[in-house]
Amino acid sequence: MQHWLEWVIAFFLLLGGSFVLIGSIGLARMPDFFMRLHGPTKATTLGMGGILLGSILFFSLTGVVSLHELLITIFLLITAPISAHMLIKAALHHKLAAIEKTQGMNNIPPAQTKTHDRNSQ
Amino acid sequence: MRFKPKYRWLPAPYRSVTLFIVWLLLNQSVEVAQLCFALVLAILLPLLTSRFREPQPLILKPVLAIRYMLLVLADIITANAQVAVLILGPKRRLNPAFVRVPLDLKHDLPITILASTVSMTPGTVSAEIYPDITLIESGAPMPQRWLLIHVLNMTDEAELIASIKQRYEAPLKEIFQC
Repeated sequence: MQHWLEWVIAFFLLLGGSFVLIGSIGLARMPDFFMRLHGPTKATTLGMGGILLGSILFFSLTGVVSLHELLITIFLLITAPISAHMLIKAALHHKLAAIEKTQGMNNIPPAQTKTHDRNSQ
Repeated sequence: MRFKPKYRWLPAPYRSVTLFIVWLLLNQSVEVAQLCFALVLAILLPLLTSRFREPQPLILKPVLAIRYMLLVLADIITANAQVAVLILGPKRRLNPAFVRVPLDLKHDLPITILASTVSMTPGTVSAEIYPDITLIESGAPMPQRWLLIHVLNMTDEAELIASIKQRYEAPLKEIFQC
């Protein structure tokens, strides 16, 4: 493999690694659940993208063309927002406390229940 | 807005194309046998599963859909950089907030795409879509639905709502023509 290609692959791996690290730092550092969620949902997508791009380049240049990583990227992009949505929905359901300066707490809708279910019992 | 597919044997053309490509990527080959099997799966699976799904509006402007995907991809990259800066910066300066965005979209598929986009883009995570229409009695008028989002660092609420509506919701309305 050419020397400069190794640099390119190393660059992508390092870029991806540092974004994943920043996402984890956000998870540990933020004061409440809702703010913790922002790091892992976003910083990690680009991080994984970088690592997978490095992986595609490395394996395609050393042997057969490898495209499985593309699938991983697609599925990650589809599933990451959904798991974040379910986590934050569960947190709202359990009425987890947000830090005091959070604005717009009155925008959270009250719990919804099926009225017709209650009547039929 | 259109719900009915053009051909009955091809209920979801774009899903079929996706399945075809995913199968080839999984096997990493373009041999004739794999191509045939991919074609069979791409036609059979949407046919068999279409009856389990609620009819959703079809993508009527595929070119706009591709442009929307590229826009979101670019926004994901800037979102990552912005969130990284916010995470590493001082915690005291962050102004978290819950914001609700009025939705013009009415159907589940476009709303899901909008909510996922909001989650992937700068400093926002979608939290809830309410009221839940499965809880509304049939025949009752459709209420205004809201998308509740959590913002990591809010500077201007009105501007944020306007930018989401204009940047992401307007193209989705055009793609699905609803």
